[in-house]
Amino acid sequence: MIAELGLAALWLAAGLCVLQLFAGVLGARAGDDGVVSALTRPAAIVQGLVLLVSFACLLRVFAVTDLSVALVAANSHADKPLIYRISGAWGNHEGSMLLWVTILGLCSALVAAFERRMDDRFMKSMLAAQAFIGLGFIAFLLFSSNPFARLNPPADFGAGLNPLLQDIGLALHPPTLYLGYVGLSVAFSFVVAGLVTRQAGPELARVMRPWVLAAWIALTLGIAAGSYWAYYELGWGGWWFWDPVENASLMPWLAATALLHSVGVLAARDALRTWTIMLGVVAFSMSMVGTFLVRSGILTSVHAFAVDPERGGFILALLALYVGGAFALFALRAGALAEGKRFATISREGALVFNNVMLSAILAVVLLGTLYPLLAEAFGTRVSIGPPYYNPVTAVFAVPMLLVLLVGPMLRWKRDKLSRVRVPVALCVAILAAGLTVLVFFTEAGVLSTIGLALAAALALASWFPLRGRKLRRVPLALWGSMLAHFGIAVSLFGMASESAFSIERLVAVEAGDVVEVGPFTASLRAVEPVAGPNWSALQGDILVSRGGSETVLQPQARYFTEPAQNTSEAALLTRWDGQLYAILGDAAGEGRWQLRLWWKPFVTLIWYGALLIALGGLLSIFGHLRGSARSRKIREEVARRRAEKERRARA
Amino acid sequence: MKRLWLILPLALFAVFLGVAGYQLTQPKDEFVRSTMIGKPLPAFDLPGATDEAPRVASASFADGQPRLLNVWATWCVPCIAEAPQLEELAERGVPIVGVAIRDEPEAIARFLENYGNPYEVIARDDIAELQLGLGSSGIPETFVVDGDGIIRYQHIGDIRADDVDEIYAAWEDAR
Repeated sequence: MIAELGLAALWLAAGLCVLQLFAGVLGARAGDDGVVSALTRPAAIVQGLVLLVSFACLLRVFAVTDLSVALVAANSHADKPLIYRISGAWGNHEGSMLLWVTILGLCSALVAAFERRMDDRFMKSMLAAQAFIGLGFIAFLLFSSNPFARLNPPADFGAGLNPLLQDIGLALHPPTLYLGYVGLSVAFSFVVAGLVTRQAGPELARVMRPWVLAAWIALTLGIAAGSYWAYYELGWGGWWFWDPVENASLMPWLAATALLHSVGVLAARDALRTWTIMLGVVAFSMSMVGTFLVRSGILTSVHAFAVDPERGGFILALLALYVGGAFALFALRAGALAEGKRFATISREGALVFNNVMLSAILAVVLLGTLYPLLAEAFGTRVSIGPPYYNPVTAVFAVPMLLVLLVGPMLRWKRDKLSRVRVPVALCVAILAAGLTVLVFFTEAGVLSTIGLALAAALALASWFPLRGRKLRRVPLALWGSMLAHFGIAVSLFGMASESAFSIERLVAVEAGDVVEVGPFTASLRAVEPVAGPNWSALQGDILVSRGGSETVLQPQARYFTEPAQNTSEAALLTRWDGQLYAILGDAAGEGRWQLRLWWKPFVTLIWYGALLIALGGLLSIFGHLRGSARSRKIREEVARRRAEKERRARA
Repeated sequence: MKRLWLILPLALFAVFLGVAGYQLTQPKDEFVRSTMIGKPLPAFDLPGATDEAPRVASASFADGQPRLLNVWATWCVPCIAEAPQLEELAERGVPIVGVAIRDEPEAIARFLENYGNPYEVIARDDIAELQLGLGSSGIPETFVVDGDGIIRYQHIGDIRADDVDEIYAAWEDAR
């Protein structure tokens, strides 16, 4: 019954989408004040709620392991702990697409319910664009990926969930990432509405900004969660592999980061109109391209998703429709947009343009690297592109960008002189020079990590420079947000560079009682014993680790899952303020010896703490801007009220 | 001029659509054979994996002993996945020559320490010259080279557990 209810809700949502699209398009035509177009907002709100019902139904069938639903039988098992039974709902193609559509619907509903700053025609165009996107993906679900399809007769047992996915990381990583992907659709629809109604001024930027920020925060957290999950779950000790699917999440993030900054310029200075519009289209295009690459299986990836060319074709058609349509609209309309205000090269806008160009270049590098194998294959050759390409080539653009970031936030809008910021610039140069000297002469760090560490040190200080000459109590919240986010970049960069420069790795075959030195730690294997979990059994190593007199026990496991049968390696992590000790229990090496892999990774955790700071900075920024916009609205209303009163008095 | 710029994103996107659409209609053929099969190994003379290790040259292949030539790299994740299978082949008596593409001696040493060393010798191909000469475009790839230095068989991608027997048989055939 629940499955049918879910499916019915999905059909109802499709109907509401059609209504929202139809009403919105009517309302987007000039001079319309009809009854039908008034339904746009209500349709959007109801549609969001109906989709929520549909998704709740999916959660329900997974929670109770209803094996008469094909998707549950294929992906779940009653023996799993409840949290993984529920998170398993989005650990598969159909469920994750339903989550995608649900988030999209909820975003539309939020916009429809609360956004009152733009005029009616604009809002109807915007909601029509959202409905158009939603309709395509609901159709995709209904016609080629129905999550509620029944299985007759029902299965006796579920096939279970891939054990690698039975982890709290999976409960968090996809939903946050999707929130980001889909959040960018809101920015996309705003931009499309801006093109349709020819409004691309600061007001559009202010309305878009919280959405772009929110999507960007979600992407940041989603990518960080995914990276940490891969780091501890895969047991390879790495945190980024330049895998196509990882790139698919990084590309929207890069575009959103650029968009975020150009939206800021548009809101504050009414410059970069065309560019901001284009980035708005590009950012969501990147999420869709990512969805396509991941779901079509057209590229080979370590992420083993179910591959289906028919579904790939469907998503490609949607991609062509939305992104092609938006770019065509852009080509037709963007020329007619006034270009906005001019500015000098040395100015805040100038620095932000540089940041945008560099971010776009990095985006292009990653996009090219990801698609190149596809392109090469079309000409009959097969290539694999890895870190030797990505690391140096992205650095070529990232390093200049970070150098400008040291100074950019201190510059004034419109026009400034470098001589005004002489002292902080000199300070940065001094830190960079000192850092580089120390690292080159006293460590064996590689070129990129050396530059990274020195830049991180300079940026950690420079990110607070905008405080100069301000009273602490009067610093706006949004500025705290941006400083914190930039500081987060420094923290994260420091973690990445430190991990790559100073990691120590030991692979040993030891028997109980043997002692191994790894970095500042001594580790000794005490025993290897079997343990049993809810749906797995494992061999568990018991390693006594000590440093400077303090002792801890690490227990890495080699797990054997039964449903489905698969082995995984559970790393044991010991986190200290200055890094992590990472232990993996390998195979039996004969004669009572066990393989142990131990890493000491100094400051590796900063990578993810930095990401958290970046996200927190974004959050402060959202609150700051929302508060600022509420305040200015109040002032405007007050001014209007007084003027009206004055006029009335004058008339009297 | 400005108009052209505005059309550029659409044009680039159209190219992407074309390529992606074309690729979707193509059957996913994992086995694009090298045209080098049946031909002699291209001549090469490469430095060894570490600075002390001896150089590796094509001449050493034509000594009557068939070998596997494994193209890999320490930065390639599937290479980690195929390490146990190579180990198994080595245990079954197959001599394996490794060619590490764009790699560092320290990274190679670490990789071998971690994932085992099934190799007889390892050459370092810093500019992918041998890889290109072999007509191998991806990493990892494995070739069977017979005792006269002729390439007999090619395996594209990582060697999975169920590929081991087929590769072993190809090596046997080349004897």
